[in-house]
Amino acid sequence: MWKRIRVLVRKEFLQVLRNPRTRILLIVPPIMQLMIFGFAANLDIENARVAFFDRDNTPQSRALRAAFDASPYFEVTDDLDTEAQLQKVLDSGKVLAAIRILPGFARDLARNTEPAQVQVLVDGTNSNNASIVSGYANRLIAGFRQSGATPDLTQTRVWFNPELKSRYYFIPGVAMNILTIITMMLTALALVREREIGTMEQLMVSPLAPSELIIGKTLPFVAIGFLQFFLILTVAKLVFGVPVRGSIFLLILAVALYLLTTLGSGVLISTISKTQQQAVLSVFLYFMPVFMFSGFTFPVRNMPDAVRWIANINPQRYFIDILRGVFLKGSGIDVLWEPMAVLAGIGILVLGTSILRFHRQLD
Amino acid sequence: MISLRGLTRRFGDLVAVDHLSLDIAEGEIFGLVGPDGAGKTTTLRMIAGLVDPTEGEAVVAGFNAKTQTVQVRDRIGYMAQRFGLYGDLTVKENMRFYSDLFGMSAADRDALSPKLLDMTRMAPFVDRPAAKLSGGMKQKLALMCTLLHKPQVLLLDEPTNGVDPVSRRDFWVILHQLVADGLTLLLSTAYMDEAERCNRVGLMHQGRLLQCDTPQALRQSLASDCYAVETAHPRVERERLSKLPQVLSARPAGSALHVFLKPGTQPETVWNTSEQPVERIVPSLEDIFVATVERG
Repeated sequence: MWKRIRVLVRKEFLQVLRNPRTRILLIVPPIMQLMIFGFAANLDIENARVAFFDRDNTPQSRALRAAFDASPYFEVTDDLDTEAQLQKVLDSGKVLAAIRILPGFARDLARNTEPAQVQVLVDGTNSNNASIVSGYANRLIAGFRQSGATPDLTQTRVWFNPELKSRYYFIPGVAMNILTIITMMLTALALVREREIGTMEQLMVSPLAPSELIIGKTLPFVAIGFLQFFLILTVAKLVFGVPVRGSIFLLILAVALYLLTTLGSGVLISTISKTQQQAVLSVFLYFMPVFMFSGFTFPVRNMPDAVRWIANINPQRYFIDILRGVFLKGSGIDVLWEPMAVLAGIGILVLGTSILRFHRQLD
Repeated sequence: MISLRGLTRRFGDLVAVDHLSLDIAEGEIFGLVGPDGAGKTTTLRMIAGLVDPTEGEAVVAGFNAKTQTVQVRDRIGYMAQRFGLYGDLTVKENMRFYSDLFGMSAADRDALSPKLLDMTRMAPFVDRPAAKLSGGMKQKLALMCTLLHKPQVLLLDEPTNGVDPVSRRDFWVILHQLVADGLTLLLSTAYMDEAERCNRVGLMHQGRLLQCDTPQALRQSLASDCYAVETAHPRVERERLSKLPQVLSARPAGSALHVFLKPGTQPETVWNTSEQPVERIVPSLEDIFVATVERG
């Protein structure tokens, strides 16, 4: 049995590595996605352009302006004199926010009895940016007011990712994405191709049993999946400085469990696709909702109940929890056993179903 | 070597193969002839154990194709109509894959491969990717791949479909060599000239085996009743002939009509032979096939 599987695995590697297209598919997309999410797709706000409309014009109000300018999050690009100008800079999108200081700011600040009047006008067209900018601005203004007065009782401290770098949040997700697409796609394509070019029929008249065929066809992609994962891990650590605080063995175990689901889906897709094009389209059809409901970008707790149910059977959801847990929190098996058990359950179910379907189709 | 007993396969309401019984001896070249959809491929697939018969059985070298699939597969080489080759692998790699898959030892492989390459004159192309071979060469490679595990029986499904005439002749030279070495051959074809090269032919139509004999015997059986008639208006003449009770079939062949008459019919009862040139001919298998089918 293992001898025949080895023959098949050897042939599979020979084909994958010989084809320039798949060779590129193995290296370029992972690196490209990492670069995009690591460098370009950045939700962090740095040097947000703001305009200042100082109607108080006192040493105190100018100090607030200086505080904004000195902050790494803001850059004061415009000083305004009229309401019309304020309207214009926001309309044109030249600045993300405008800070308006009302007359009497210094006086109220000195009295410390009633709130000093500062208005933050935020461009809400990008809701994500807007909430981040207004959050930063509020924190800065609150800090400024307390510097002279009694300190605030609330202190916020962010754990695991104190600088709130979105990169740390994204890169484990990117690892998941790449792993999903590549292993699922290659498995589905490898199986459909055998049928398309007619070699499946030849394999069926050989002594190769269907179970041997499935193992021989998926094993190479397990290896490729792990290779990709280590490639991503290396780049994440060396280029982007993403911390890996937890156990690497736990990561490997989680990847192995997750691969059960992607390989299973790949086999399943191969059973419903007649051609390689159909298989590619099916992979994306499957991938989009799974990705959206994974919690990679949109938190699952905000979703409507019905959708949350779907999300609860989504393997990606558990995998990303585990990844983020191990990467950023350094969580161990004591916390992560639950999502891992669920992942294993889903994996066995998906792979089992797909193998049954595959068997039935051969007869 | 191959023995079919009432072999039947239904797909829903369609009867693809209908109670086919046939014995093929060792060292024989047997051709299944018939149009597309006659049930040739399904018959071969049942013998290879790829499809289970609904009724009846196929026995190869003493093993039942349905229940003793493993033993049968060790003894047969099956070449599907569109034999799957890995286009991105070279000739050598394809051969190695199929040889290894059947569990042949490296020594066996290294002894057999050069012989096959020699016989097919493919030796110069061992390092060429299969996708870059011509149609005829692909066919030869496919044949080599089915021979690497030393089968006793070769099942070929329309082996020379889409192959140029020169390559087809080459291919047949190889097949005759294989049979001389003791192989039994069962092939299907839609080409009548190819059927003429077989030891025995079975005419298949709508799942049934209509006739089965040597090509010569088949021709002889109807030889006395086949005529070629030259006519200026073939359509009109065909129309007229088809209405006559003593005419079995009439079909155009070039500028003439080939006409089968009921056994014992005098051509004078059909044509005014003094005016119309009528010639008694030895029918081709094609003539026989058409006549057999039209007779039902």
